[in-house]
Amino acid sequence: MGVILELHGITKRFPGVLANDHIDLDLREGEIHALLGENGAGKTTLMNILYGLYKPDEGEIYVNGKKAEIHSPRDAIAHGIGMVHQHFMLVPVFTVVDNVMLGDEYVRGGGFLDRRRAANRILEISKQYNLQVDPFAYIKDLPVGAQQRVEIIKLLFREANILILDEPTAVLTPQEVDELFKIMKSLVAGGKSIIFITHKLREVLEFSDRITVIRNGRVVGTTTPQEADQSKLASMMVGRQIEFAIEKKPAEPKEVVLEVRNLKVLDARQLVAVNGVSFEVHAGEVLGIAGVQGNGQTELVRALTGMQHPVEGEIRIFGKVMTHASPREFFEMGAAHIPEDRQRDGLVLTYPVKDNFILNTFYKPPYARGIVLQQPAIAAHAEELVRRFDIRTPSIFTELSALSGGNQQKVIVAREFSRPLKLLIAAQPTRGLDVGSIEYIHHRLLEKRDEGCAVLLISTELDEILQLSDRIAVMYRGRIVATVNAAETTKEELGLYMAGMQPETLSLAQVVER
Amino acid sequence: MRNLGQQPAQSLRGFFIFLEEVRRSPLTVTFLAIFTGLFLGGIIAALSSEPMYEAFRLSVGEGLKAGAQAAWNTYRALFLGAFGDPVKISAAFASGDWLQINRALSPFFESLVQATPYIFAGLAVAFGFRVGLFNIGAEGQIFVGALAAVWAGVFIKGLPALVHAPLAFLIGGLGGALWGFVPGWLKAKTGAHEVIITIMMNYVAFRLSEYLLTGYLRDPNKTTPISAPIETTAWIPRLFPDPNRFHWGFFIALGIAYLVYLLLFKTTWGFELRTVGANPHAAHYAGMNIVRSTVITMSLSGMLAGFAGANEVLGVNRNLGVAFSSGYGFDSIALALLGNSHPLGVVLAALLFGFLRNGAIQMQLTAGIPIDIISIIQAMILAFIAAPAIIRTLYRLKPPKEVELTVRSEGETA
Ligand SMILES: Nc1ncnc2c1ncn2[C@@H]1O[C@H](COP(=O)(O)OP(=O)(O)OP(=O)(O)O)[C@@H](O)[C@H]1O
Ligand SMILES: [Mg+2]
Repeated sequence: MGVILELHGITKRFPGVLANDHIDLDLREGEIHALLGENGAGKTTLMNILYGLYKPDEGEIYVNGKKAEIHSPRDAIAHGIGMVHQHFMLVPVFTVVDNVMLGDEYVRGGGFLDRRRAANRILEISKQYNLQVDPFAYIKDLPVGAQQRVEIIKLLFREANILILDEPTAVLTPQEVDELFKIMKSLVAGGKSIIFITHKLREVLEFSDRITVIRNGRVVGTTTPQEADQSKLASMMVGRQIEFAIEKKPAEPKEVVLEVRNLKVLDARQLVAVNGVSFEVHAGEVLGIAGVQGNGQTELVRALTGMQHPVEGEIRIFGKVMTHASPREFFEMGAAHIPEDRQRDGLVLTYPVKDNFILNTFYKPPYARGIVLQQPAIAAHAEELVRRFDIRTPSIFTELSALSGGNQQKVIVAREFSRPLKLLIAAQPTRGLDVGSIEYIHHRLLEKRDEGCAVLLISTELDEILQLSDRIAVMYRGRIVATVNAAETTKEELGLYMAGMQPETLSLAQVVER
Repeated sequence: MRNLGQQPAQSLRGFFIFLEEVRRSPLTVTFLAIFTGLFLGGIIAALSSEPMYEAFRLSVGEGLKAGAQAAWNTYRALFLGAFGDPVKISAAFASGDWLQINRALSPFFESLVQATPYIFAGLAVAFGFRVGLFNIGAEGQIFVGALAAVWAGVFIKGLPALVHAPLAFLIGGLGGALWGFVPGWLKAKTGAHEVIITIMMNYVAFRLSEYLLTGYLRDPNKTTPISAPIETTAWIPRLFPDPNRFHWGFFIALGIAYLVYLLLFKTTWGFELRTVGANPHAAHYAGMNIVRSTVITMSLSGMLAGFAGANEVLGVNRNLGVAFSSGYGFDSIALALLGNSHPLGVVLAALLFGFLRNGAIQMQLTAGIPIDIISIIQAMILAFIAAPAIIRTLYRLKPPKEVELTVRSEGETA
């Protein structure tokens, strides 16, 4: 296997931050090379340099042994380098063909788009690499996994040989992850080379050929899955040991905090997304909601946080009817909400870090006196959260968009955990976080539970659900198909419910099997 | 990630980082855009001068000289018109004659008079921008503000000046606020786009003013449709004797700019409004009331524009004729952009526009150079600001740090 890509001494500074510090990296032909590192270690920055989005302060890039001058994505593509970003870049109201062609259009008859030819090429690619997608579907109608396949097709359409995937699995369901790795295998079998970034050590160990770990902008080392294991990788990343299994005291559930009766919620297209859901969450327990993404969890959370009103049913907090309350009334009741889509709902990217910490408390003392904002209190609060949650930012005045993806997530978690809470609604709270931060946030979450907070945890990560929950409700097509005791269930059982199996049919099936 | 500031040996590097920040800053782009616009304006002035073409027939050197001369003349006339003649000013001060000093300085003060409505209207548009609303209706709101102010100035009688003038000014603001409230309310209730509604409201305002000025408000003693002069108690007082029209409105405008700044950046209300503008999804998530913000913002924006109208009526014209506003409302959209939608930026941009406009009027009167050259310069400045890539390439500035920003903001598909 020859070396297809070499990075030499890549260095990149941002104001107050050395994001990449003389990074050397090589990629062999036909390999899957995993890039690991803490939040803010500099992975995305390095890949953006390779893709021509940033200009390095120092360092050189060699493609196929020849020095490459890459100043723009166009140059990168000319050298056969393509990238799928941490946050996708598709036009939702365009079809797959149009998105794939965008910037590299097939034309005929002097100026007309040749959609047919492009679609044929897409079908060819999708057959060759097992990337199933309908060329004429609209992006907005596609699930995340399919959107990602479109992003990959985009690269193959431009004949990229080196594919960069930045946290491709963060937003996928386990099934979609398996599918993605199958695709990646067939890509390397077809001669492509892949660099992929992830925080999930299991994926790294299972699917990569080599692993490079970055810490504080420097390469710590390169290893292989054969030589490494989870704890070794974790300690390379964060420089200390990580406990993977957390010790959890048995829950001591107390009074009912959140009570949901017969809830019916519509989605953006006015279709029923949550269909008659009832449950309750007690103080001092974690209720996990498991389910494949898109089975009504998003709409359920929106209704339970006042962001959208249900069409039927009732929501009560401490017995008080909250069915048509506003988000602020939920916050006032002691509820906190970690939203699923951090960049859209949870943050103002153009605000400095400090202002993002007061997004839902800005009108209260000590942050405001009357209508006057109290900057010293706001700054002190921000300094404390940055320290306590180990948020990597040059200062509290830095614009939030300059933070790495994981650190943006930490800003939300820190903000929501910093109030006295009675009810915590956490949707994908650890999406995109490194192992160290996940450990920290899991501890804080259980700490809240032990303090008597009711916790509703929505996650597509079964491991996370099993680790933290006391009871688990599984959602399927807008209904809760089963509620089980976390201590008495298994991943397999949950998997069956997530596929729509009812507990009764399940026990029946088991009986028949015997 | 390491903090560079913690390494003393690298303090020099810190300085370079600072320099780099300056080179990337949008402020640099703004100044260079103004400079470039003025420079190209000179070339256009030269190109449009007959003598240059004559001179080119003689020789290239002569032609260039004539061109430079034409550009020089234009800017000289512009400068004299905007600031006054330094020779005359120093002579006036030497003579110590108060009347002469007043006369010599009056071009400078006239520029401030021109800048005043720009400040109000620019604030109006900028305030909307900050909350993510495009108030294209400042022109109409200025008209309604002027109508309301002139009504208060003409028909309310017998009040002391200390009450009458502020009252008329406020009533003008309320007129504008009403004109802003309607589109805000329609947007909140029906989702109608404020750009469309405010544009339509402009036409309603124009026709309304014609209707009132030919009827209810019309001065019966005049042949042209014009209102009666307002009561002297409603005047915003002038500071100097004629011909110097400089009045207290300028300071009121500065004061209100400061209030807008405080409101936007120092209060919880401003925080809420700016958040709605920066990311309405996050504002909704955080429990902010987007509907209320929209209505309040459009009303306040209309009020600021209404002040511009009141200011013109009470401070400058002291009556109201048809089509008095001459485009302040439309220019102010450009001006808000130039000022980066920040109150201080708006004040500076308004001063620039005020000086250009007054200078150009004088330039046309004294040197016969068409006033339109100013529109061209203004348009070019704006084009450069709207397309900073041109300025960056021209002066080899570093690309902005927004690269990653675009990457991230485009990713909101899922
Ligand atoms: N445009 C920018 N301006 C200033 N600083 C930046 C910018 N982009 C990244 N940084 C900083 O560079 C460092 C590395 O960020 P990067 O996004 O590369 O991290 P990452 O390894 O991808 O982290 P994550 O796993 O959280 O996505 C961070 O400290 C970040 O704050
Ligand atoms: Mg990243």
